[in-house]
Amino acid sequence: MTINETQDEIIEEFALFDDWADKYEYIIDLGKKLKGLPEEQKTEDNIIKGCQSRVWLNARFENGELFFDADSEAIIVKGLVNMLIRVLSGHTPNEINAADLYFIDKIGMTSHLAQTRSNGLASMVKQMKNYAIAYGLKA
Amino acid sequence: MITTDILDIQKIRADFPILNQEINGKKLVYFDNAATTQKPTAVINAIAHYYNFDNANIHRGIHTLAERATRDFEASREAVREFLGASSIEEIIFTSGTTQGINLVASTFGRKFIKEGDEIIVSGMEHHSNIVPWQMLCEEKGITLKVIPVTEQGELDMEAYENLLSEKVKLVAVNHVSNSLGTINPVKEIIALAHEYGAKVLIDGAQATSHFNIDVQDLDADFYAFSAHKLYGPTGMGALYGKKELLNAMPPYMGGGEMIKDVSFEKTTYNELPYKFEAGTPNIADVVALKTALEYADALGRENIAAHEDMLLSYATEQLSEIEGLRIIGQAKKKVSVLSFVIDGIHHQDIGVLLDNQGIAVRTGHHCTQPLMQRFNLLGTSRASFAVYNTIEEVDRLVAGIHRVKKMLL
Repeated sequence: MTINETQDEIIEEFALFDDWADKYEYIIDLGKKLKGLPEEQKTEDNIIKGCQSRVWLNARFENGELFFDADSEAIIVKGLVNMLIRVLSGHTPNEINAADLYFIDKIGMTSHLAQTRSNGLASMVKQMKNYAIAYGLKA
Repeated sequence: MITTDILDIQKIRADFPILNQEINGKKLVYFDNAATTQKPTAVINAIAHYYNFDNANIHRGIHTLAERATRDFEASREAVREFLGASSIEEIIFTSGTTQGINLVASTFGRKFIKEGDEIIVSGMEHHSNIVPWQMLCEEKGITLKVIPVTEQGELDMEAYENLLSEKVKLVAVNHVSNSLGTINPVKEIIALAHEYGAKVLIDGAQATSHFNIDVQDLDADFYAFSAHKLYGPTGMGALYGKKELLNAMPPYMGGGEMIKDVSFEKTTYNELPYKFEAGTPNIADVVALKTALEYADALGRENIAAHEDMLLSYATEQLSEIEGLRIIGQAKKKVSVLSFVIDGIHHQDIGVLLDNQGIAVRTGHHCTQPLMQRFNLLGTSRASFAVYNTIEEVDRLVAGIHRVKKMLL
């Protein structure tokens, strides 16, 4: 599935919810399902510091594709991270680098990327792209 | 239902247009007053009036507008003097807020009078803005920073404080009220003890001024800093009180216009107090509007405001205490209307996001008091803080909101 196909799939899933609580319950559920990172990978190197909650991101490069694992202390952030991984993980650095993550806006989660949230999610997207740039240069 | 209010809260709410709106489809409940209070129409109008009718640069102009702007600017200084109980307007310096007031003292008093080997005392419940300026000074000059510990209840350990005091201590910098816990600190006692050792005391009044009357002479404070925006006034301005003899002995803070008497390339002489510390064109409109904010609170009666807020705090404390898994952080005997809490198994950010979706604004995080959070082994808390326009019904909304958050997350 391409990055945009996954994004469209998520947008369709969210179209089913007509109130904020259903939407957030779904995200919370996604957060609970994200397997996260083992404690030894929650290192200072992997941390993306936000004012509100910490996010850890780990990247693996296998057969020309980039895979992400991540974790957060906050469950809603974890749910959003789950979706980001679903969209970006397993693609080539070039694809990830070029990705326009329009699904975040379409599902009404743009405020979570806003600076005021300071939750590290925007930094997380940036860090994923940085990994893509770095591995893209290596590849 | 508690209805012992002297104040007509619904009438007061009508003075704050921002409150009358929906957030995420629900009527706004604004419980982030310790971060900043909302502004009454009178304050908003005062700013507009200044720009519509009186705007001019102050002090040196001889035209009518300059005179009007200067008159209103200085009238605000007199209002602040009266509000703080200072003896002279020379002791009132307008700043950009509490942070600048503290930095001013660190950069001038600190640099001139505190030397290598000396000590500065702060408390374990300070806002970063009353820690970092002193750390910077300590690093620069080889001064030692000592910290008054905080008890489990969220009060200062006064016995430990007395033990920290010695002839080496040149300055004690503590807050009047803790922004994270709401604790009202015994600053009069803190000041008296410091003075026994010849140390000067700076009080960070940012969280105190909206809740009760201040009397710097009764407290015998050497410096007292506050921000306008926490007491119904505009953002980006505040004032620093300093005892005249100290301010006179201190070097200027920033160089520029207004703070000088005469400038030549050979020698510049500095202006008198308080202008010596007010370089550049100040935030005239907001200074003028601060007077309006002070008058607004005076008209309601500060005791009445405090009584209403105390009622909200005790009701909210009682209601929140009944929520299973919820723990209130900061149980000092004397508190302002600040309620910090954590819920077992739930990250504060999730609480903040889910309350916001219900139209309820609280603050979540470390509240710029990371050392205090570390003291309680916390990453952060959720904090509801009440102002004069808040109601019992809104507290009920918060309680229902928290129950909903718990149901969604646990």
